[in-house]
Amino acid sequence: MNIWRGHFFSLAFVAAGCLLTGCNKSSPGPNAGGDVIKVGEYGSLTGSEASFGQSTHKGIQQAVDEINAAGGVLGKKIELHTEDDQSQAGQAATVVRKLISSDGVVALLGEVASSRSLEAAPICQQSGIPMISPSSTNPKVTEVGDYIFRVCFIDPFQGTVMANFATKTVQAHTAAVLTDVKSDYSLGLAKFFKEQFLASGGKIVDEEKYSGGDKDFNAQLTAIKAASPEVVFVPGYYTEVGLIALQARQLGINVPLLGGDGWESPTLIPVGGKALEGDSFSTHFSADNTSPEVQAYLTTYKKRYNETSDAMAPLGYDAMMILADAIKRAGTTDGAKVRDALAATKDFKGVTGNITIDPNRNASKSAVILTITNGAIKYIQTVAP
Amino acid sequence: MNLNLRHAKTGLLGALALCFLVTLFSKFINPYWLYILYDIGINIILAVSLNLINGYTGQFSLGHAGFMAVGAYTAGVITNQFGQLNAFASGGVFLGALLAGGLMAAVAGLLVGIPTLRLKGDYLAIVTLGFGEIIRVILQNVDSVGGARGYSVMHGWTNFFWTFGLAAVTVYVIASLVNSTYGRGFIAVHDDEIAAEAMGINTTKYKVSAFVIGAFFAGIAGGLYAHSKQYITPGGFGFMQSIAFVVMVILGGMGNTVGVILAAILLTLLPEGLRFLAGVQQIPGVTKMYPLSWVGDTRMIIYSLLLIVLMLTRPQGLFAFKKRQR
Amino acid sequence: MTELLQQLINGLALGSILALIALGYTMVYGILRFINFAHGDVFMLGAFAGFYLAPKIATFVPLPSVAGALIIFGLSMVICAALGVLIERLAYKPLRKRPKLTVLITAIGVSLFLEYAGQFFFGAANKKFPDILPTWPVTKVLGLSVNSNQLIVLAVTLLLLLGLRFIVMKTRMGRAMRAVSFNPEAAALMGVNTDIVISFTFALGSALAAAAGILYAINYPSIDPLMGIMPGLKAFVAAVLGGIGNLPGAALGGIIIGVTETLVSGYISSTYRDAIAFAILIVILLVKPSGLLGKKEVEKV
Repeated sequence: MNIWRGHFFSLAFVAAGCLLTGCNKSSPGPNAGGDVIKVGEYGSLTGSEASFGQSTHKGIQQAVDEINAAGGVLGKKIELHTEDDQSQAGQAATVVRKLISSDGVVALLGEVASSRSLEAAPICQQSGIPMISPSSTNPKVTEVGDYIFRVCFIDPFQGTVMANFATKTVQAHTAAVLTDVKSDYSLGLAKFFKEQFLASGGKIVDEEKYSGGDKDFNAQLTAIKAASPEVVFVPGYYTEVGLIALQARQLGINVPLLGGDGWESPTLIPVGGKALEGDSFSTHFSADNTSPEVQAYLTTYKKRYNETSDAMAPLGYDAMMILADAIKRAGTTDGAKVRDALAATKDFKGVTGNITIDPNRNASKSAVILTITNGAIKYIQTVAP
Repeated sequence: MNLNLRHAKTGLLGALALCFLVTLFSKFINPYWLYILYDIGINIILAVSLNLINGYTGQFSLGHAGFMAVGAYTAGVITNQFGQLNAFASGGVFLGALLAGGLMAAVAGLLVGIPTLRLKGDYLAIVTLGFGEIIRVILQNVDSVGGARGYSVMHGWTNFFWTFGLAAVTVYVIASLVNSTYGRGFIAVHDDEIAAEAMGINTTKYKVSAFVIGAFFAGIAGGLYAHSKQYITPGGFGFMQSIAFVVMVILGGMGNTVGVILAAILLTLLPEGLRFLAGVQQIPGVTKMYPLSWVGDTRMIIYSLLLIVLMLTRPQGLFAFKKRQR
Repeated sequence: MTELLQQLINGLALGSILALIALGYTMVYGILRFINFAHGDVFMLGAFAGFYLAPKIATFVPLPSVAGALIIFGLSMVICAALGVLIERLAYKPLRKRPKLTVLITAIGVSLFLEYAGQFFFGAANKKFPDILPTWPVTKVLGLSVNSNQLIVLAVTLLLLLGLRFIVMKTRMGRAMRAVSFNPEAAALMGVNTDIVISFTFALGSALAAAAGILYAINYPSIDPLMGIMPGLKAFVAAVLGGIGNLPGAALGGIIIGVTETLVSGYISSTYRDAIAFAILIVILLVKPSGLLGKKEVEKV
């Protein structure tokens, strides 16, 4: 088996490869002019995280139609190019390259999952195309570069808010944490909740884990029950939280469960039902909020899709609205100018709160805490950043 | 014999020279299509190397994505230790990292190869699937590479030359191997294991070496993948990925290298082609009228239906032109 | 001690659902020697059939009630049985003489098709499965919590297992099934209509999957089009673990997987759960290559 007889040949191969590595810098795609402004959206419209991706898409689409109905931006209509990454690793990079270099979009919106935002962010940064993630909470996403923004809370804020709520309002001294290890969001929230809860003199008596998509949590909850905490922090998504609450009550865990904005969904209460009674979570707005932006958004969403909005849709909506606002202020669709305008966003009246983009390109806005009583969601308090 | 080996070395040299030229001009290629080309090259390596295990040797591995993951993480961790390097140094580091990834994957292949001594058919399939899943779960629990959240690879060093150069090398090595005197043993194991054993062929050695060699190239493909996407997650190497490679091998016609290459190209392009079909009909300005926009929503349904129809109409493999000579 | 007993109960409830799904895998394998990858998705369709039937049934039988639940069970089992036969006729039958791998890929195609079509038609978001069965308050014995749904899952699984055993061992069709499983050519020569036997096997397996789907949905009342993937994979592992093609083996495998996974999640970490199920499988197969209760196949020269 003498395949590598030609040593000279293999050397030539290595040398050729070495000469070429690192010189595959691609030039940014054409920023097409014309009578429309092309905005790209990449999201998980099919696959395991499709429910989040589809909600986000609904919010973005609603924002685009409202902007266009009001005459568009800079006298041009917004044209939304949506691509599906099938919730699969590797796909986000592909579709973002397509949106940038084939479709010639001027800015990008996406993704829910931080891992896929992190795949796309370096490409946007290299191409000089601003990207706004509606709901990726991993701090690393916006650290990729100065073209990457987000409109959601970041983990330290929400985790701290709920830890303070647990110690001050619930007056708990011991807590258990049940984290979704598949999600950055959940891990981040859990981390900052623990830090703040410990700093306030509390004690974490048990930490359990699950993977997004699980349906059976009896094993973890049985262990939590044995540790008998005064409060259980469940920073997961609504797809699992309803079932967690149900199984917790069946096992006889009767202390309040606390969570973050991932709980916000029209299916939370139907699935969890009475089991959620007395549980609280932090989120962007309350449906009781009388601000015209929130009420207009909720009514239109309900009319348009015949369902109640979850937490993902308003974040998508706000991401698009902030982008349109930035393009308007920049007076152009040039990537660098839009980026500067985005970075200067201050007190933007969004559905998810008054958004100010901080120097790290993260959104800073206040949170509200809601409690479930008698099968309905009630407003408790607002926490400023 | 489906590749004429007399001219194989000339062909390989030609292919490498062509890759070199294309790479020089790659900045004029639309990055979207360029990276689709990288995906094609990576999938060719994976499908051709899996073909050695599943096609030529007649074993049934459902864990190829696991080997790919080992290569991807190994290579990614190695190159992340280096900062910005000049072109020549980075090429050397990259090649070293790819080889290290391949070797680590080969070790994993050895571990999986050992149970093949006792198991066959569906039992072997489920055990290799299990190994793939175990690799994924272990990666999920290693916090230093980001756990379930994934791992950022700094350098986007994968280019046309490396992808297709290494794809050409893979094809060349595996084709030479199965057509060598030594390599006839793989086919003997595939055709009739008991008879092969009776003829004095060490079937154990052949089975294990098929796994080791196949895993080595899968590991290299993983390294290329990591430096093309620049972000890897354990979830991206799940069993659905392994199944995608098995589909390429079967659709190409088991043990038919040319067919498997064509199937890898087709199956990488198919979802993108459907994406294109959905997008091309969007007439700018006429917002509400996208005659084919339903293709966008039903793209993956169409893809799965095409897969079923292809298997029903060409069960011997899409590109099986004639029966392999024995 | 109480915690351990509680975990065992949790595992038993989970395992008995896996056992029901595993039975479908193992039956099809016993007859056709091929892994029906789409089985987990038929399980999903069973749950969705129940979801869409419940409001219709509720118009003439009040829900939740035992009678209503039985009607929903029966109807979705019939719907999925028909679907199973349809899938077999359209996608698998034309390939019956082909290598098993070809059929396996087709089955994967069918599985992907059902998942993506499910996301398209049902929507990707999770749905609340209606309460079709009255629940009794949590029973507390020795500090253990057992809820009525868990008991029902156990009872129904046991009942269906016994029914299945009766069909396979005591009826004409069952005898034909065993004959085809033993030697399809010889059975055909003896006058057994193999096409009908195979269709019947698919109908039976799919009906069991539908029953499992509804039981699962009653226990975990949040359903989505991808809910079949993981239980399907686990049940497949369970079927191989017990010795694929062997009915009691599949049930035993399901229980073992359910209990181990629960114990691992409860005492080690749920993040290792998926790996440990496979690790146990690998160890058992290395010791006993044909599974726990499987018969060793004699190699023919």
